Amino acid sequence: MQNKKRYRGQSQVYQIWYRFRHNKSAMLGLVIISLLILIAVFADVLFSYDGIAIKQNIMERLQAPSAAHPMGTDDYGRDILARVVHGSRISLGIGFGGVAIALFGGTIIGAIAGFYGGKVDMVVMRVTDIFMAIPNILMAMIIVAVAGTSAVTIAISLGIAAIPTFTRVARGAVLTVREMEYIESARAIGAKNSTIISKHILPNCFAPLLVQTTLSMAIIILSVSGLSYLGMGIKAPIPEWGSMLSASRAYLQGNSYMAIFPGLAIMLTILALNLLGDGLRDASDPKLK
Amino acid sequence: MWKFVLKRLLALIPVLFGVTLLVFLILSFAPGDPARTILGAEATEEQINHLREEMGLNDNVFVQYARYIIKGVSGDLGTSYKTRLPVVTEIVSRFPYTLRLVVVGMIIAIIIALPLGVIAGVKQNSLFDRLSMVLSLLGISLPTFWVGLLCILLFSVTLGWLPSGGNDSLKDMILPTLTISLCSLAGIARTTRSSMLEVIRADYIRTARGKGISQAKVVIRHALQNAMIPTLTVAGLQICNMIAGTVLVENIFSWPGIGRLLVTSIQERDIPLVLGCIIVFTICFTIINLVVDILYGVIDPRIKAQYKK
Repeated sequence: MQNKKRYRGQSQVYQIWYRFRHNKSAMLGLVIISLLILIAVFADVLFSYDGIAIKQNIMERLQAPSAAHPMGTDDYGRDILARVVHGSRISLGIGFGGVAIALFGGTIIGAIAGFYGGKVDMVVMRVTDIFMAIPNILMAMIIVAVAGTSAVTIAISLGIAAIPTFTRVARGAVLTVREMEYIESARAIGAKNSTIISKHILPNCFAPLLVQTTLSMAIIILSVSGLSYLGMGIKAPIPEWGSMLSASRAYLQGNSYMAIFPGLAIMLTILALNLLGDGLRDASDPKLK
Repeated sequence: MWKFVLKRLLALIPVLFGVTLLVFLILSFAPGDPARTILGAEATEEQINHLREEMGLNDNVFVQYARYIIKGVSGDLGTSYKTRLPVVTEIVSRFPYTLRLVVVGMIIAIIIALPLGVIAGVKQNSLFDRLSMVLSLLGISLPTFWVGLLCILLFSVTLGWLPSGGNDSLKDMILPTLTISLCSLAGIARTTRSSMLEVIRADYIRTARGKGISQAKVVIRHALQNAMIPTLTVAGLQICNMIAGTVLVENIFSWPGIGRLLVTSIQERDIPLVLGCIIVFTICFTIINLVVDILYGVIDPRIKAQYKK
C-alpha cells in the first residue's frame, strides 16, 4: 500500500524504475551489464589492441593460466584475457547496433500496421509471417553469405532478422493503446496521425518494447558468437568469443582453458540480459508478480 | 477440427512461396558463379557460358524463380550444384538424422523439465525451487555450442566415456541430444513453474484439497492440466529453437542432418540445396505450431470449441 502511494502520480518510467530497483536479481543483471559495457568502452585502456589482443607471440603459445596470463594464451600465443576483454566490444557493439536497427525498424512498421489496421495491417503481418518462418540465425547466415562478414554487415543482418519480432510486439501494444480514451481525445482536438502515433501511442508502448529489446539483444549476441563459431561471422585475428571457442576445438586435449573463458563471457552477458529482461517485465507489469 | 487443420495447412502455401522468394532474391546477389564452381578453375569462358545457359542462370531472377516454383510444385527441387544429386534425395537421406535428434532431445527435455517445474512451483521458495530455478536461469543463458563443447571436453576428452562424433550407435547420440535438450529443458521448466504458481492458489485447488483429494491428484489433475497451456506454448517454441539450433549442434558433433547440410550449402553457395533445407525447416515449424494448437484443444475444451466454428 505504502509503495503504491510513493509512486502515484509519477511517470510510467519512474514507476517501472521504482519497482525494478527493489528487485535484487534484476539489479544484479543491471550491474553486470553496466560493468561489461565499461569493460568494452575501456578495453583499449586495459589491454592494447595491436600490442596485446591480436599480437602473435609463438614463444608463448598455449600457456596455461598463470599470473602473467590469467586466462592463458591461445595457439598463436595471444593473451586470452585481453582477447576476451576486446571481444566484449564486438559482441556488445553488434548487440546494441543490431537491436537498435530492429527496434527502430520494427517499431515504425508495427506502429503503422497497428494504427492504420485494415489492408496495411494485413500486408505487413503476412510479410512478417514470412520473415518469422526463417529463424534469426539462419536469416543472418543467408544475408551474411551475400553481404560479407564484417561486424557492420553482421549487425545489420541480425538487426533485420529481428525486425519482425519487434513489429509484432509494437503492433500488439499499439492495438491496445489505440482504443484508449486519450487517443480519442487527441483525435478530437485535431491532432495529426503522425503526432498521435509519435506523441501519444508510442510512449505508452514503451514497456513491452523495452523488455523485447533486452531479450532480442541476448539473442543477437548469441547469434553473433554462433555465426563466428561456424566460421560465418567475425574472422580471426579479430577477437570474438564464438570464433575463439571455435579455435579451441583443436586443443581440447591438454589446453581446455581455451574453451572455458570465452564461453563464460558469453554466458555472463546473456545471463545479465536475461535477468534485466525478466526484471523489466515484472516491473512493467506488476500484475504478473 | 479437420477443417481447422486443413485451413492451417493451406495457409502454409503462401508462406512457402514467400520464404523461397525471399531467400531466392537474397541469394541471387551472392558473389561467385555457380557454373564456374561446378566446372572448376580450368574451365574455359565458353564452357562456363554454355553451362550458364543450360542452367538458366542468364535469365532474369524472377524468371528463374518462376521456373523453380513450377518444377517445385511437381516435387522437383533441382539438383545440388556441388554433388549433382537431386536436392530431394539429399534431404531425404539427411532428414531422419535431424528428426531423431530433435525428437529424442524434446522427449528428454519434457521428461526432466515438467516434474522439475511442477515440484518447484508446488514447493515455492523451498531449497529445491531456488536451486532448480538458478540452474534453469543458467541453462537459458548458455550458448548451445558452448554446452556441446563442454560436453565433449568432459565426457569425451577427459573421461573418455562417450564419442565426440559419429552417428552409428546409440552411444553416439547421447551427447548431441543432451546438448540440444539442455537449453530447452531450462526454458520449459521455468514456464511450468510460473504457470503452476498462478493456478496453485486458485479457489478450485483449495476446494479439491478440501474434498480430501490426494496431493498428487490435485497437482496433476487439477493444477497441472490448467497450467499446461503456457508450458505447451513454450515447448512449441523450444522445438522450433531446437530445429534452428541443429545448425550449430550438428556441426559440433559432425551429425549428418539437415542443419549441417544447410550450413555447408550456404558456405558453398549451393542455392538449390539452401532453398531445399529452408523449405524443410519452414514445413517443420508449421507442423509444430499446428500440433501445438491441436494440443491446446485436447487440454482445454474451451479452445476446442473454438476450432469447431
